Amino acid sequence: MTVTRNPVRATESTGTTPQVRQATPTRGRRPRANGWARPVLVWLILLAFGFFFVLPIVWLILAPTKTSTELANSFPFAVGSLGEVGQAWQHLVAFQNGIILRWFGNSALYSFGGLALALVTSIPAGYGLSRIRFRGRKLLLTITLIVMIMPAATLVIPMFLELNAVKLIGTPLALILPFAYFPFGVYLTYVYFSTSLQSSMLEAARIDGASEFQIFFRIAVPLARPVIAMVTFFSFVGNWQNFFLPSLVMPSDDQQPIQVGLSQLMSSSPAFNPGGTANLGIDAPELTLAILLSVIPVLVLFLFAQRSLVSGMFSGGTKG
Amino acid sequence: MTTAQTLRPAQRERSNKAGYLFVAGYTVLLIAFGVLPTTYALALAFTNDQWQFTGFGQFIVAVTDYRFLQSMANMGAFLVIWLTATVVFAVGLALVLRNFVRGRASVFWRFIFYLPGALAGVASTLVWMFMLSPQASPIAPLLHAIGWTDFGQVVQPQNLPGIFAVMAFWVGVGGWIIIMYGAVNNISDDVMEAARLDGASSWQLAWYVQIPMIRQWVVYMLILAFAGGTQLYVEPQLLFVASKQVDPTWSPNQLAVQFAFGATSNPNVAAALSVVLLVVGLMFAVVLVKRSGMFNVEAED
Repeated sequence: MTVTRNPVRATESTGTTPQVRQATPTRGRRPRANGWARPVLVWLILLAFGFFFVLPIVWLILAPTKTSTELANSFPFAVGSLGEVGQAWQHLVAFQNGIILRWFGNSALYSFGGLALALVTSIPAGYGLSRIRFRGRKLLLTITLIVMIMPAATLVIPMFLELNAVKLIGTPLALILPFAYFPFGVYLTYVYFSTSLQSSMLEAARIDGASEFQIFFRIAVPLARPVIAMVTFFSFVGNWQNFFLPSLVMPSDDQQPIQVGLSQLMSSSPAFNPGGTANLGIDAPELTLAILLSVIPVLVLFLFAQRSLVSGMFSGGTKG
Repeated sequence: MTTAQTLRPAQRERSNKAGYLFVAGYTVLLIAFGVLPTTYALALAFTNDQWQFTGFGQFIVAVTDYRFLQSMANMGAFLVIWLTATVVFAVGLALVLRNFVRGRASVFWRFIFYLPGALAGVASTLVWMFMLSPQASPIAPLLHAIGWTDFGQVVQPQNLPGIFAVMAFWVGVGGWIIIMYGAVNNISDDVMEAARLDGASSWQLAWYVQIPMIRQWVVYMLILAFAGGTQLYVEPQLLFVASKQVDPTWSPNQLAVQFAFGATSNPNVAAALSVVLLVVGLMFAVVLVKRSGMFNVEAED
């Protein structure tokens, strides 16, 4: 092992001049040592994982088009009928007088409310931390980094007790305010403004007599659209998918977001507990339809964000 | 940035004021939902219901609870399976995509791998419960073949760490593949070309050049994933709701909720357990900061 390691390491550390070497094409082992075997192997690996990641989603999309008997007995990826989707939807709406609509409405209220406040607080904060020197700046940055990597779930119970102490339990604010607290967004904005905003531009504006707020709104915000999109994405997805906090701070059923609603639908259905529950009209097709509807907002956001998610924000360099 | 030092006092004052206004909203939230809950948890953990100081008393109650070790062992088994799979396949698939797949195809695959992230939380857990249900699963014949004919047999205790690992892997590995791909992609072309010209095969290239050069990112992934894994709650909780055979205190977070809201409600013990989990998470955070140097506050000054 070390025998092969050394030559590679040596070139890495001494630095090379590729242009010179390319002039004399090498007889290295790279050219078609195993012609067709490698592409086939690569595609087999990718297809295997592709199926693993995608087939459950395909199954989920098809499931509401079938009756529960068909789901159990027919080919799993057979397409049923749209009529069955309508049936399943009617059963869902009939469940507890259409409480599912309430759950979606609640999810929208909590997620968008949290998102709006998160944007209003984290974008200016990230900007202020990166571009303005003020007393306490380093302390605030350090605390932000610490809380960002703290496992959030462990603070849920103390947060519940705190919200209880100020009598917010059961009000929308019990979710909107914790959702608005988004240190990761502050950090993203901070990094963005630190790395991609030229201070000379800000200095010029300051010399021209612009106030800090004019600079922020006229120069920084228009330039910050990519990071605003990123904060929006992560904040909304996190809010929408949250289960732990709402399951504790919302005491009554009709205040729950859809995530908690899904778990109630599941426990009301015989899907995993045959014969264990009364017939409430919720079975596998209804449950899968509810799951599907609950992920559509995030799925849409994923499709919109696809480009920046896959290529932009993490990939760093400009190579493709 | 040396502007701060060269500012005149009046400018400095104006700078201070503006800075405070920009961070005011966030600071209030940070205090309310970051600093206060932490302080509150610490205060509760070291006191009793009369706010009398009890030293490590509540910690001893939490740690010696008959369910504590079991839930920690459960979490440990889950973490070992899940972290191994995540590291191996996130790095492996990122390398396959970077080295053998070009352009649009590579973008397509990364998106496919990332897609299940849209279902994170309750949705993915329920989908996988269907995948593992001998009644509804598309792979039902396979489940029957290994002797699982009803859901109760699937959720036997010995299967749970693996089941939760599959759920977490399915949802989360795509994001890490994207990050690892970015890291591999940032290795300079010169280094790669030099190694190739020296006769390194693709395997040697991956093993001796690419993996060592993204080691920092692997450490970062391992530690962040560990911290995330310690928060396991939704999956075991839903499985418990579905099948009462599943232990309601399977994960430490579930146990903390039991302490807080269960039959013998005791917020102080719950807070003590939260603090234990927090310390475990923070220990890894410290390792993260020390090892990877990714969160360097001072870098810019």
